[in-house]
Amino acid sequence: MSRPVLQVDKLSMEFGGIRAMCELDLEVHKGQIVALIGPNGAGKTTFFNCVTGIYRPTGGNVFLNPPNGAKPIRLNGLKPNQVTEKGMARTFQNIRLFQKMTVLENVMIGRHCRTSSYIFGAVFRTRSTLREERETVEKSHLILQKVGLANAVNELAENLPYGAQRRLEIARALATEPFLLLLDEPAAGMNPQETQELDELINRIRDEGHSILLIEHDMKLVMSLSDKIYVVDYGRKIAEGSPREVSSDPAVIKAYLGEDIDA
Amino acid sequence: MEYFIELFFSGLTRGSIYALIALGYTMVYGIIGLINFAHGEIYMIGAFTSFVVATVLSIYGFPLLSIIVLAGLAAAVWSASYGYTIEKIAYRPLRQAPRLSALISAIGMSIFLQNYVLLAQSSDFQPFPELIPDFDFMEPYAHFVGSSDVVILFTTALAMAGLTLLIKFSRMGKAMRATAQDRTMAMLVGIDVNRVISLTFVIGSALAAIGGMLIASHIGQINFFIGFIAGIKAFTAAVLGGIGSIPGAVLGGFVLGLTESFATGYVSSDYEDVFAFSLLVLILIFKPAGLLGREEAEKV
Amino acid sequence: MFSFEQLKKSLLVSLWFAFLTFPLLVIKVDPIERTVLWRWENMAFVAIGSFLISLLVHVFYKQQERRRVRRAAGGIVESEPLIQVILKEPKYLYPMSIAVLLCSLVFPHLFSTYQTNILITALMYVMLGLGLNIVVGLAGLLDLGYVAFYAVGAYSYALLNYHFDVSFWIALPIGALLAAMFGVLLGFPVLRLRGDYLAIVTLGFGEIIRLILENWNEFSQGPSGISNISRPGFFGMELSLDSAILYLYYIMIAMVVFTIFVVNRLQDSRIGRAWVALREDEIACQAMGIDKRKTKLTAFALGATWAGMVGVIFAAKTTFINPASFTFLESAIILCIVVLGGMGSIFGVIVGALVLILLPEYLRALSDYRMLAFGAVLVTMMIFRPQGVVANIRRSYQFKPKPESEGR
Repeated sequence: MSRPVLQVDKLSMEFGGIRAMCELDLEVHKGQIVALIGPNGAGKTTFFNCVTGIYRPTGGNVFLNPPNGAKPIRLNGLKPNQVTEKGMARTFQNIRLFQKMTVLENVMIGRHCRTSSYIFGAVFRTRSTLREERETVEKSHLILQKVGLANAVNELAENLPYGAQRRLEIARALATEPFLLLLDEPAAGMNPQETQELDELINRIRDEGHSILLIEHDMKLVMSLSDKIYVVDYGRKIAEGSPREVSSDPAVIKAYLGEDIDA
Repeated sequence: MEYFIELFFSGLTRGSIYALIALGYTMVYGIIGLINFAHGEIYMIGAFTSFVVATVLSIYGFPLLSIIVLAGLAAAVWSASYGYTIEKIAYRPLRQAPRLSALISAIGMSIFLQNYVLLAQSSDFQPFPELIPDFDFMEPYAHFVGSSDVVILFTTALAMAGLTLLIKFSRMGKAMRATAQDRTMAMLVGIDVNRVISLTFVIGSALAAIGGMLIASHIGQINFFIGFIAGIKAFTAAVLGGIGSIPGAVLGGFVLGLTESFATGYVSSDYEDVFAFSLLVLILIFKPAGLLGREEAEKV
Repeated sequence: MFSFEQLKKSLLVSLWFAFLTFPLLVIKVDPIERTVLWRWENMAFVAIGSFLISLLVHVFYKQQERRRVRRAAGGIVESEPLIQVILKEPKYLYPMSIAVLLCSLVFPHLFSTYQTNILITALMYVMLGLGLNIVVGLAGLLDLGYVAFYAVGAYSYALLNYHFDVSFWIALPIGALLAAMFGVLLGFPVLRLRGDYLAIVTLGFGEIIRLILENWNEFSQGPSGISNISRPGFFGMELSLDSAILYLYYIMIAMVVFTIFVVNRLQDSRIGRAWVALREDEIACQAMGIDKRKTKLTAFALGATWAGMVGVIFAAKTTFINPASFTFLESAIILCIVVLGGMGSIFGVIVGALVLILLPEYLRALSDYRMLAFGAVLVTMMIFRPQGVVANIRRSYQFKPKPESEGR
């Protein structure tokens, strides 16, 4: 088996003496959908924030192995924008769209790190800037078609319904051309039909060659999507394995249903 | 050495005034996360109100002690009313709005109040009646510490002790601390958050007004512009101590007052305000959490 | 029309304000002559005024409520305001702009030099407003020390002219560059601060610059300032006062057109979008691969550049500068222009500058109340219309329907 695209070794995070995450190991292989689950407050989002450079982890290592065979990249200490540039993009649990920008512009922002024109190019409309701009618009539009938002390109993001906002977050992340996509509770607040559509969308994204790591509470979605599941509780990994293995693991059942399950 | 002591006391006096104003900044910041830009103006309005009241009373021949009490009371009452009104008009409607909006509104309020006093009263410096007589028992020390210094220090200490007791032990104080920690949660357990916030403005404003009156009578003149500089300096004090922290504001006030006093005394008085501004810029850049504040990570 | 309840409430408001303004607005003491003047008429004004304003606000909220209900019911779709239609449609916008430009070109030949001079000032504020608009309106960085960069520009021309006889046209880029350098220098340490701290630090920085100019006599000649600065020369020729003003006026028109051109192109570019995104959500912005520091610094430096340029022009126009022209109030006025006009909107900022600068000039009687009104404008706009008089609209893109796009 080849190297995993994301390799996390003993990642730890402390907030003023409080351990939010303790020596977590995790791997995502190319083309896999991996789920990270656990009760509320287990440290899942903290994990995302550490991996993507928003928090600076207090211990451990994060490596990214580009699937094109380039050298491994150590992510520790990189800023969030550098992490994204290396090919890992994320969405947010509590939607963080650019509310006063249009849907298309939100996606175009994702293209920022794949383009380079600056003030001079913008003011003088150099040929390369115009080409870049045209490409940005076209690619962004394509991505919006993929997530089913092509008929809302000029709407302000804040005017979209909830489920569409979640899909726009995914589109925006995809625009950064990641090989690894981190989704933080993509189905939160969606109705069953929207969740079903999301299931299809995530599968389609994977089929296009992206690897996916997701945090999710909707167990039906997690079980149907994931190739592998990691379960965390109190910042520690308590189980890992295929959906079937995990769902029958006594430690997992205990974490979800409480201590006195046998009582 | 005598010069040193003189500078020390003048620093303490300055510092206590900064501390009195800084408390207002810090309390408001702690509770609604807003830099109340108009707070310096509240202080100025306090000084002006006491100026008007004291002058009127002295023209009508009231005895000194009643002038002090009535002028102080008027300053506190009216400044508190202004504080209350400002919060209601300019800040409450913006509580859910982006931070920038509330801040711009606060700046607008500050400019408005400054010019309101300019138009309503005068643009010139006004001589402030001397409210604090030279005490006889202070005679031997008079060459390095004046009676009004002592009164200011004493009053400040009293006000701070009162505030601390209020916040530590009263029901309202408890509600204030709860609201500062988590507004939504405080609301859920039945605290009238609006009332708590109003009260914070009222207390902060009254303290600033007392400071305004004391320093005006100490210096002997006032004008409409005093609130701007004093406001920024007090804000510096609040940030220096760690904004949101009440003991921090007091500590910051004294540190700033002493620094300023020694810097102007030993270095140069031309750059008096530059010292404070530079200190402000340096703290915000290098230690934005201040001396007693705690670092906060933004929630993602 | 008004319920009894509402009238009672407004009456209470009016009583409250009568009480509030009593000591400062009614009593006027003369501490030297020891006389007291009771101005009861002021109390009446305040009471009546606040009563009416309170009713007005009530009407406003009621209307807003009604509109919201109507919108929620999915009823009448509101028609776009005329101004937005004009701004959006090139077929209206271009002829309009050309007409405005032509009018402004013939303006000095129709009106007196005095009027032209006022208009030059207004145009300077248009430029300042557009410059600050990049920083505050687009990138969302509240810069309260904008005037510092303006001072840098003005003093670089004044000093270069005084010591080395440098001409206006050479000083213009130098002033702009120096201001940009100051912007970057200040920006480096400061831009990682949170929004409200940034505001205070820039305010402090602005004051530091002014105080230094005031006290460092050997460098800046202190409060007495620098006089006899040359006006811009026309290919080395000295111009008479009238034609110098005319010349400056045309320079200003050209500069404003240039500014609009640049800001307009930046606005919908890669960097312009990054600024707006940064204003909307810093963390999401970084997570999308945008270098926060670099983007902020660019906005800051660009804004400073514009302030520097206008500073040079200011020195050339007045031929005399001193630190008193660069107080915090100046920054506040520029901020007010941006806020009133509409943060991020070019047309809005132009309107804001013209209204706020020309109105007090022509209504001399009101000019005492200028700053009072500016303060009130800032508060009122934030509460009732935070997007400004002319809201910024995002560019929309058209796509030809493609066969494969037929999904949902």
